Amino acid sequence: MIVLRVLVVTVVITLAVTLQVALFPYLAYDGVVPNLALLVVVAAALIRGPEFAAGLGFLAGLAVDLAPPADQVAGRWALALVVVGYLAGRVRHDARTSAVAAIVTVAASSFVGTSIFALSGLLLRDPAVPVAEALSVIPVAVSYDVLLTPFVLPLMMRLFQRLEPRRQVVY
Amino acid sequence: MASRSRRSSQSGQDARPSKAVLVLLLLASFTVITLDVRGGDDSPVEPLRSAAGEVFGPVEVLTASVVRPFRAVPDFLTTTSSLRSDVERLEAENSALRGELTTTVVDRNRADELDGLLETSRSTGYALLPARVIGMGPAQSFSSTVTIDAGTSAGVRPDMTVVNNDGLVGRVLRADRRSATVLLIVDAESVVGGRLGASMEVGFLRGRGRVGDRGRLDLDLVDNAVTPAQDDIVVTWGSRNDVPYVSGVPIGRVQSVYSSPRELSKQAVIEPLVDFSSLDLVGIVVDGDRVSDEGRGLITAQGEGTGP
Repeated sequence: MIVLRVLVVTVVITLAVTLQVALFPYLAYDGVVPNLALLVVVAAALIRGPEFAAGLGFLAGLAVDLAPPADQVAGRWALALVVVGYLAGRVRHDARTSAVAAIVTVAASSFVGTSIFALSGLLLRDPAVPVAEALSVIPVAVSYDVLLTPFVLPLMMRLFQRLEPRRQVVY
Repeated sequence: MASRSRRSSQSGQDARPSKAVLVLLLLASFTVITLDVRGGDDSPVEPLRSAAGEVFGPVEVLTASVVRPFRAVPDFLTTTSSLRSDVERLEAENSALRGELTTTVVDRNRADELDGLLETSRSTGYALLPARVIGMGPAQSFSSTVTIDAGTSAGVRPDMTVVNNDGLVGRVLRADRRSATVLLIVDAESVVGGRLGASMEVGFLRGRGRVGDRGRLDLDLVDNAVTPAQDDIVVTWGSRNDVPYVSGVPIGRVQSVYSSPRELSKQAVIEPLVDFSSLDLVGIVVDGDRVSDEGRGLITAQGEGTGP
């Protein structure tokens, strides 16, 4: 069972990262694409809690950092998604009360994740992105993530619930 | 903290999320970042990166080939097939004519200056290895890179020039077996030596890091007495041994010129000829004498397009 779980999670991360670079550029708005890996991490956080989500965030972030054509310093998305997974996991009891709360959680997660990534870029000068440009990208990224939430988040949440049936008794 | 009462009814692990896990993972992230920043080109992360390339490259090739047919769907809805082929034919003709026009100025200048070091013939005689763009980095990552579906097995090596039928696209950053990563010239880290078509003045073009319609390059001229003319064409200056950029490839047009009191040299904003948001078929400039292991057809100056 544990092998199956690891396999499913690996496939989900690979699929998210691949679609992010190979499919969504055709639907990109000004180069910004929905951050599928982030949505997967948030879904995991809402179902499984902060520890699991932070761990998953690290792996998913590393995959985003390393999969071609990524060229940034490795570990930057990993750092961002660890924080996102942890924070979303902390508020999961409130986030699951209604659909609006879930969407607000995604928006906040997307804002935090993209901002941490942009800030780490500013600190590392990798590359030296002007602040104005980072500020123009973040709102688009957040709205695109929110736009995709109704299609991705329930699906992912159901998947993580299936992988961990024991948790269903909590609610 | 409003959910404290609900949490208390659950298992102990839930009531108090472990800080240790978070700290451990944050430290792990910082370690990876530090290793990669300190290491530079031979960082310990580099083998990991190429391993990820070997795994994700073929997956991206597969995904792109599945997705590709659906890209044409909006076209089916808006135009008939005959109209579409007409448009394609005219666009190809148009960009061919535009390419001819843009290089004429430079070629004429070259002939005038009897520039023996730069052979004019070479500017049209490059052999191109065709490849398709299969993946594009998101703008959230602030780096403008794309994946192409040709790798070391097709003869692609790092630091090769990548062009398409409009002009210069970028250079190969790293090559895996089945795929390669290309740094676009609009990336903030990209610097290309450029030459103004009309005055033959040289300068450096730096990307601004935006891919969309606002993708622009900044040109710093070496000679500060020269003012670039509007709409003047900029071509590659050419690097030593043609690595990473071959010479004479059109890059863009001068959109506007400004000079700041702080800088000595004049700066020009260059609008690239290539539309980076809709990149598809590109060509990698390779040594025409070498045949790729994959048997991929080369496009040569004679127009012998022996595609796969």
